[in-house]
Amino acid sequence: MTKTVNQKAWLLVLPVFLVVAFSAVLPLMTVVNYSMQDTFGNNQFFWNGIGWFQELLDPASQFGERFFDALWRNLLFSAVILAIEVPLGIAVALAMPREGRAVAFCLVVMALPLLIPWNVVGTIWQVFARGDIGLLGYLINRLGIDYNYAGSALAAWSTIVVMDVWHWTSLVALLCYAGLKSIPDAYYQAARIDGAGALAVFRTIQLPKMRRVLLIAVLLRFMDSFMIYTEPFVLTGGGPGNATTFLSIDLVKLALGQFDLGRAAAMSLVYNLIILATCWVFYTVMTNVDAGSRAAPAQSDPADAAGSSLPPAATVALDRRAA
Amino acid sequence: MRGRNVVMTLYLLFLMLPIYWLVNMSLKTNQEITTGLTLWPRDITFANYVRIFTDPSWYGGYLNSLTYVGINTVLSIGLALPAAYAFSRYRFIGDKHLFFWLLSNRMAPPAVFALPFFNLYSAVGLFDTPWSVALAHCLFNVPLAVWILEGFMSGVPREIDETAAIDGYGFPRFFVRIFMPLIASGIGVAAFFCFMFSWVELLLARTLTSVNAKPIAATMTRTVSAAGMDWGLLAAAGVLTIVPGALVIWFVRNYIAKGFALGRV
Repeated sequence: MTKTVNQKAWLLVLPVFLVVAFSAVLPLMTVVNYSMQDTFGNNQFFWNGIGWFQELLDPASQFGERFFDALWRNLLFSAVILAIEVPLGIAVALAMPREGRAVAFCLVVMALPLLIPWNVVGTIWQVFARGDIGLLGYLINRLGIDYNYAGSALAAWSTIVVMDVWHWTSLVALLCYAGLKSIPDAYYQAARIDGAGALAVFRTIQLPKMRRVLLIAVLLRFMDSFMIYTEPFVLTGGGPGNATTFLSIDLVKLALGQFDLGRAAAMSLVYNLIILATCWVFYTVMTNVDAGSRAAPAQSDPADAAGSSLPPAATVALDRRAA
Repeated sequence: MRGRNVVMTLYLLFLMLPIYWLVNMSLKTNQEITTGLTLWPRDITFANYVRIFTDPSWYGGYLNSLTYVGINTVLSIGLALPAAYAFSRYRFIGDKHLFFWLLSNRMAPPAVFALPFFNLYSAVGLFDTPWSVALAHCLFNVPLAVWILEGFMSGVPREIDETAAIDGYGFPRFFVRIFMPLIASGIGVAAFFCFMFSWVELLLARTLTSVNAKPIAATMTRTVSAAGMDWGLLAAAGVLTIVPGALVIWFVRNYIAKGFALGRV
């Protein structure tokens, strides 16, 4: 769709701009302010320049070591989560029933974990995985494995990973399912005529068509696991020791627990910059994928456009070309 | 075919089992919970639920949560509608940068904003009111709503705008009377996701409230008492937080796939 240049459109965007600026820019300026100052209490602040940042980015200092530990721990967690949830989500999406009431039933059950408050997710697993009153913990202990998520780092990690898989795989699955739905039947018929097996169909038809939604799924899962706070906080409180202290948990401890404003602010800014940079890379790749699929000569098939906009737009474009 | 059904059944079982365990526990007495593992409640009790529905400090938490979620959803959709229209129809200076900036806020970690929000809303006198939480959640819900609505609006052909203008509709009248009904399902999907992300968030909601506007999620931490954990009560409160979400899913079940089809969550 061609867009007309109209600077008055800013008036329509202005309310959103003001609200988001109020709740994003204003607080961030406070953070920038704190990150450059030191305080000895009593609301008296002293200029500290880039001191906090130097300490934060120096792995030799105590604070820097703590930050990098949490950062690597969090990156490892995100990597594990992506490695499990993305393939599993694709598998579940492929296993969705084709039609009938079963579809609605599966959709509702799958969406359920997404709408449970995050601390309740933590509570559910806290109860479910306990050795004395939880089914999972009881069964594992009965198998002869010593399992206690409050005691061993490995048990805590695996519980949090399983919990996150339980919580968020459905999001990946629903996104992939939506991507699969946009593939017209003609593709499958053509594949059948060519005698393509299930694997070939997956590799040459389904996977390329899911590229865009998969990209979004990876972005969302990376971002959300990178700023995970509530679920592990409820389940393990960051322990045992520091084994499950991810970046957000560490930051909240620093800011709201110890009121170490300068260090917390410096850490917030670096944390935010990492996220902003990742987000930008994904956004650029995504717009390129969009532009690529629009410019491709295969534009005459509506499925390509269906991924990026709604079917009506594609149909209209086709009608226009026909006329 | 067989393999697919097995995968799906196993996955659904995996999803339902922990929830079943919570429901199971909420119907037991604390004595039964702590003395041994039973797969279903031996003598069903509704005492935990009765206590939540009769104690104002418990059911008040639900009302507080629903209040700020409601305010936030209305606010987010109301603000996002005109902005999404602008993004889907016009080009203007800085539009792409503005769009990316909005999106980046969807990804911003709440932990970064907890402390400055606390300062900000205390300074303007909104601390411990539903408004503070509703406004704070706008940080990620307004960009989300703009993103989803923009996708739906781009699907409506421009010719409709032009025809309406020729027919003598002014912009506000055209927008409310003709355009909004056309994207009704889009508004529904956007409202669903706003509800969802405001309902599940805890860190900001807990930081910005103390007594009067305390959300249910924060009330739940009270079940630790001198006599140990009140597991049954905790489980019952947890089950009740799942109910609103389940209801909302049921109403939008036919649109969920469509919302996800945009890949804009």
